[in-house]
Amino acid sequence: MNKNAKLPETEEGTILFNTDPIIVKYHYEIDYLHSYAQDSPFFAGLAKGKLLGSRCSGCGYTYATPRGHCMECGAATDWLELPLSGRVHTYTTCYYGGEAFLKETPFTLILVEFDGVNTLFLSRLVGAEPDEVAVGMEVKARFRRNAKFTPTDVYFVPA
Amino acid sequence: MRPVYMITGGITKFAKAHPEKDFRLMVKEAFDYALADLPGLSRADIDGTVCSYFSDHFTRQLKAGAMVQDYLGLCPKPSRRIEGGGATGGLCFQSAWEAVASGRMEACLAMGFETMSRVNTWKGNEFIALASDTNFDYPVGGFYTGYYAMMVRRHMHEFGTTVEQMAKVAVKNHQNALFNCYAQSPASLTIEEVRRSPLVATPLTILDCCQMSDGAAVALLVSEKTAQRLGGRPVRVSGVGCGTDAMRMADRPHAPVILLPHESAAEYANMKYPGVHSFRGGRMAAKLAYEMAGVTDPGRDLDFVELHDAYTSSEIQTYEDLGLCRYGEGGRYVDAGTPFLPNIDYGLKFPETSRWPRLPVNPSGGLLACGHPVGATGLMQAVFAFWQLQGTIARHLGDARLQLPSPRRGLIHSHAGTGTYITVSIMERV
Repeated sequence: MNKNAKLPETEEGTILFNTDPIIVKYHYEIDYLHSYAQDSPFFAGLAKGKLLGSRCSGCGYTYATPRGHCMECGAATDWLELPLSGRVHTYTTCYYGGEAFLKETPFTLILVEFDGVNTLFLSRLVGAEPDEVAVGMEVKARFRRNAKFTPTDVYFVPA
Repeated sequence: MRPVYMITGGITKFAKAHPEKDFRLMVKEAFDYALADLPGLSRADIDGTVCSYFSDHFTRQLKAGAMVQDYLGLCPKPSRRIEGGGATGGLCFQSAWEAVASGRMEACLAMGFETMSRVNTWKGNEFIALASDTNFDYPVGGFYTGYYAMMVRRHMHEFGTTVEQMAKVAVKNHQNALFNCYAQSPASLTIEEVRRSPLVATPLTILDCCQMSDGAAVALLVSEKTAQRLGGRPVRVSGVGCGTDAMRMADRPHAPVILLPHESAAEYANMKYPGVHSFRGGRMAAKLAYEMAGVTDPGRDLDFVELHDAYTSSEIQTYEDLGLCRYGEGGRYVDAGTPFLPNIDYGLKFPETSRWPRLPVNPSGGLLACGHPVGATGLMQAVFAFWQLQGTIARHLGDARLQLPSPRRGLIHSHAGTGTYITVSIMERV
């Protein structure tokens, strides 16, 4: 037993923004071991210059996104290679955003529609000024040479 | 199921930041207001609670609901947390309704909060965007204003909706909030000011978007027996409905419209629905709530609506989902002056006659002007609707201008994501 036990004093301090009330800076960070699980072939496809959607093995409904099972009937889907050209279904240019994307502003988001596919695909449009984009505009897919295994491995440019 | 009544409620002032109060104290303030507003009510009358808050990230605390429960002195009574994005408050209200309707509780407190000021706005936008698919949507440039901008761009393309019509919604809701002492950003605006304000995501400007807020709200729901025992002026919750849609808006189908009783399939023969221009979940929520409450022609059967106007555009889209006008007519509904209060000067000119009966929408100022502390928002709507139906707006706001003459029936609408969870509840004067 030591009645004079002490916690060690350290050089670290706290960043204060205010004292009444006391507002302190609190840092928080996480590294996840995130699995794309059944959607992995989509990301592998992007690295090979392919855009993979899903076709329902039961009702034939087609999705421009990976979806292991059909939202309409519940049956398993098969991978479907999507065309690499489509049209702008809708668009916006973001001048503000979440912290992670602030440095990329302004950037243009589009939903792409493909012939013969029932649903849409969210992507970035590059190579067009905000006032050059329009609903119905023809666009084509491009792929990053060095894949990052994120959905931005594919992006679209004016066709 | 048995009848459910709201007998009291409370709200804190919604503000950009309340650093002097944590979430427990904010809920406590709203709770104390509700207790004080119904003499004879005590904590002993409350059988349990449902707590709503959207984001553990904002709170920097898991299981924050348990801390509210103990701070309010309600342990060891039952409690649970409800979370469903922007619709968290509306889902909480309906969860409390279920507790009473089922007979499990005689009195259930719905209590909600959000403390969004604990991070900077750009970080807050990131947290909110994490409520979109984090594999496929968030990494592309996750930003809810961007998602809503794409949805309204398609609405404009399909139906001819204009940015001026959207701006009129901002003018309306900010002007209404001038008479609401709980509102965060009341203002007298012009269409030009809304359009000249900084662009956030084309075509939406900053005045087309609601702000982040700190705030809390509570609503007490009880059985008929308890309402009779505690007195006051109860308001009946006569209908509840909820609907959903795909998390990724790209996955939304293009199918036939879900019809309300006053509509026919022929009206929508060529419409691909919901696409990204409409909210199928909102239509489903409305349909279920109307069926329960016996509403057959909402534009006529309702006296006011408090809806989830996170964006001016989503207010216009929601008129249509709720069946106040047909799909595609939302912009013209605004131009007709239908959702404006008749006794307030907005500096806008409206035609002498309208195809639609006057139906004030967001007399409180809505999310655009009251603010949107997510977990509290749906309950704030319930409290305003309760005060409207009680006829006590003047007492609570210190100003009678937002009080409708003698409303019988109101609707509250809470909305999450790009339409992933949506609730509609109908409240009626007894």
